[in-house]
Amino acid sequence: MKGEPRELKFTVNGKPYELKVKPNTLLVDILRKNLKLTGTKIGCLDSACGACTVNIDGKAVRSCSVLALQVNNREVITIEGVANGDKLHPIQEAMVEHGAIECGFCTPGMVMSARALLDENPSPSREEVREAIQGNLCADEGYVKYIEAIEIAAERMRGGK
Amino acid sequence: MVETKSEVFGNYSVLGKPMPRVDARLKVTGQAKYAADYEFPNMLWGQIKRSPYAHARILNIDTSKVEKLPGVMAVTTGKDFGGFKWGWSGPTRDEEPFATTKVRYLYEGVAAVAAVDEETAEEACDLIEVEWEPLPGVFDPFEAMQEGAPLVHDDRPENICVEYHWAFGDVEKAFAESYLVREDTFQTPRMAKGYIEPPAVIAYWPDDNHLVFQGAKGSPYFPYRILSRCFNLPLSNVRIIQPFIGSDFGGTKNDMVHCDYAAPMLAKKTGRPVKLVYTQFDELTTCLRRHPMWLTIKTGVTKDGMLKATYLKAIADGGAYTRMSPLTMFLVGTCMTMPYKLPNFKYDAYNYFTNNPSSAAMRGHGLYHSRFAADVQLDMIAEELGLDPVEIRLKNAIENPKPGEVYETVNQVHMATCGVKECIEKVAEAVNWEERRKAKKVDGYRAYGIGFSAATYNSGTKLSAHNACAAIVRICEDGSVNYLTGASDVGQGSDTIMCAIAAEVLGIRLEDIDLKRVDTSFTPVDPGSYGSRVTVLAGQAARNAALDAKRQLLEVAAQQFGVKPEEVEIKNKQVFVKSNPERSMSWERLVRTACYETPGKVIIGRGYSTQGITILGLADLSKGLGDIGTNYSFTAQASEVEVDVETGVVKCTDNSVIAHDCGFPLNPPAVETQVQGGAYHQGVAAALYEEFKMDKGQTLNPNFIDYKRPRAYEAPMTQVIHVITNDPYGPYGAKEASEGSCCSAPPAVINAIHNATGVWIKELPAEPEKVFWALKKKREKEQK
Repeated sequence: MKGEPRELKFTVNGKPYELKVKPNTLLVDILRKNLKLTGTKIGCLDSACGACTVNIDGKAVRSCSVLALQVNNREVITIEGVANGDKLHPIQEAMVEHGAIECGFCTPGMVMSARALLDENPSPSREEVREAIQGNLCADEGYVKYIEAIEIAAERMRGGK
Repeated sequence: MVETKSEVFGNYSVLGKPMPRVDARLKVTGQAKYAADYEFPNMLWGQIKRSPYAHARILNIDTSKVEKLPGVMAVTTGKDFGGFKWGWSGPTRDEEPFATTKVRYLYEGVAAVAAVDEETAEEACDLIEVEWEPLPGVFDPFEAMQEGAPLVHDDRPENICVEYHWAFGDVEKAFAESYLVREDTFQTPRMAKGYIEPPAVIAYWPDDNHLVFQGAKGSPYFPYRILSRCFNLPLSNVRIIQPFIGSDFGGTKNDMVHCDYAAPMLAKKTGRPVKLVYTQFDELTTCLRRHPMWLTIKTGVTKDGMLKATYLKAIADGGAYTRMSPLTMFLVGTCMTMPYKLPNFKYDAYNYFTNNPSSAAMRGHGLYHSRFAADVQLDMIAEELGLDPVEIRLKNAIENPKPGEVYETVNQVHMATCGVKECIEKVAEAVNWEERRKAKKVDGYRAYGIGFSAATYNSGTKLSAHNACAAIVRICEDGSVNYLTGASDVGQGSDTIMCAIAAEVLGIRLEDIDLKRVDTSFTPVDPGSYGSRVTVLAGQAARNAALDAKRQLLEVAAQQFGVKPEEVEIKNKQVFVKSNPERSMSWERLVRTACYETPGKVIIGRGYSTQGITILGLADLSKGLGDIGTNYSFTAQASEVEVDVETGVVKCTDNSVIAHDCGFPLNPPAVETQVQGGAYHQGVAAALYEEFKMDKGQTLNPNFIDYKRPRAYEAPMTQVIHVITNDPYGPYGAKEASEGSCCSAPPAVINAIHNATGVWIKELPAEPEKVFWALKKKREKEQK
């Protein structure tokens, strides 16, 4: 609480930001409170539930486990930056069409974990899909349709139909 | 390659087909706003001051230091609420918004503050000085029942919270006539509700006499009624606006928690909006939990395995306050006579107050405990008699009543449809039961086994007092439609079902309908989202409201066509004369004509459900007689497990099949996720993973690292088979989906562990240490 605010320069969803933040501020709080990007959820603040997952330089990272100043000069993508205007990302599209989403609280984090996976590995095995979302807790839908939706999206992104 | 399944049921335009949920796009893009996502100008942050003792008298609360801290705008204690008490029902109002004289569980709230930011609010709580007199406590029902044990409530002797004694038929005579009688004791764990969204609320007063409350409440008409009484406001002046809800599962998000009182009171005192957001630590240490229960079950059968009688004794830890325990203990008993024919049944239930956080409803409420005990014991009996688990279930399963007939259990529970036999047969076939049961069981240090179970769940739950759901269908002049409902989608998918039913009736598309979530200023009153009641009862309301709007529109169309209204139909947005479909007009033109033709109509359809109230009467909780459900779902499940015999670690494999009789699947993929989710998150979780570890009222693992949750890497890819029974009491034949599989999963998994290893785990969860010691004991016994 005591530390003096410091300069933070980073981009979020392609938009550059310059802010003054206290050293103890978490990235998730900057996103939600300062930038009003409330699609990133807070479930546990223990890095255990994955609801706050964002992509930092393409990697899936829990934004409650990162200090805001750690993303200086880095590129952050949140759930708000995943779709291309009105056009959903294939992962989002597959989750909607396949009926994977129930209460939706874990969904943004689930999308961000899947996005990082498929950007790095376009043909993941089922085990790799499971591993990519093992840090994302869901409480109601059983993961089956999430796993299948990510596989459907992977196939579509590879150029299948 | 993964196929998107597109199984279609029935012959409808909208229903019975896979449909994307109406709110999925908002959720998948992060636009759906949950309670904690809202903020208002001039808003303050609240924080709760909590007790460091599990049981203590409050001698004095001094808030003078807090009021001097810069940034603090208001403080409230229980005294501000003028003696107000609340509870699940009139006679059980035993809880104050904040404790005034005594705290009964660790971290119970005693005060709250509102400040300009979160840090100041937190600091302010530390400055509240409370003078305590710590008291000895009771921390499980067996301590609570001791003679002379400390009393949790001074006016509740022997710490008894709920007690029932029911008897149907002649259990003693039936035991005497039985070929085999078995008695076993089972235990279910103390579990978290497990939703990821912790409680959050924001409240404000637009003027002295009106309250606006936006909270993470799955049953918003609970706070509507409770806050009206608490703040002495007419119901008309209490406005509950419902955000999206990050799951519910009963209890905490139905009932009130401290923040739900703190926010309105602090907002009243300051004249500013006040927001409170719980941490997951707050949730896991203070909010409602699934009851831990000890179940002693005695069952008698004939030589060929027909059930003759069951005596069940259930002892539960109710925690600090009554909450929903009377209903829990009823539910534990009432469906013991299903899904198998049971001619004699006796039940003794004891629920004790303790100095633990309160227990309450949770997905699979009540039935999950007793079905676990009964369905594992059924496998034990089958083994003793040399019968196959599927065979003994098929023999005893209730037959599907013929159309027009109703099956009545010995405790007068009624069902018009029962698909349990078909469920059992289909699961056995899909999983290759006989082959897999005989398959090789050991592969190095891994042992494999498969287990079976069957279950039931009440749907369209009806309690005393207000049961009806209602809907308003507002036809806009351009042909779009607003659907106003009092029912809440907390993730189960009911918003989509309501829109789909209205679209089906009106002959339009799902996307033509825009659903308005609950705002008690505008939406019709509704009991709430619990007891798998929404689709069945709010679904009937949807149908009735849409029919009412359609009737008004058909009158206009009939006038235009010069025929009688019953000669006109609407399909695929075309309005036409049935006998001559060439004579038609578009839906939009009909609506415009109705609205604009002088003097112009305003088409509003209204409807409410009647099924829950009138058809079969209400259940008597104290006698255990009658129907809690409007109808009943049935489930059968086969699960394979892999047991690491060296470490005791158990996981489910992908050989997992559930057949579910939900009557008719209105949105098949939604039924599938409900069934898969119920089985894994609240069923397998209880069987293998989850349990709060306690020490004298203190929760030792109040986080999702030490408290193990079911995750994706161990999730069985459960196949769901739809069994169609078309229940006459559900809208379009529908019954519940999801709570049945919460009940079928634990016995299937425990029976599978036995099949793999020969050990019975009677105390859930079957965590590695328990399985390890059970295997060790078995090996030692075999070596002797």
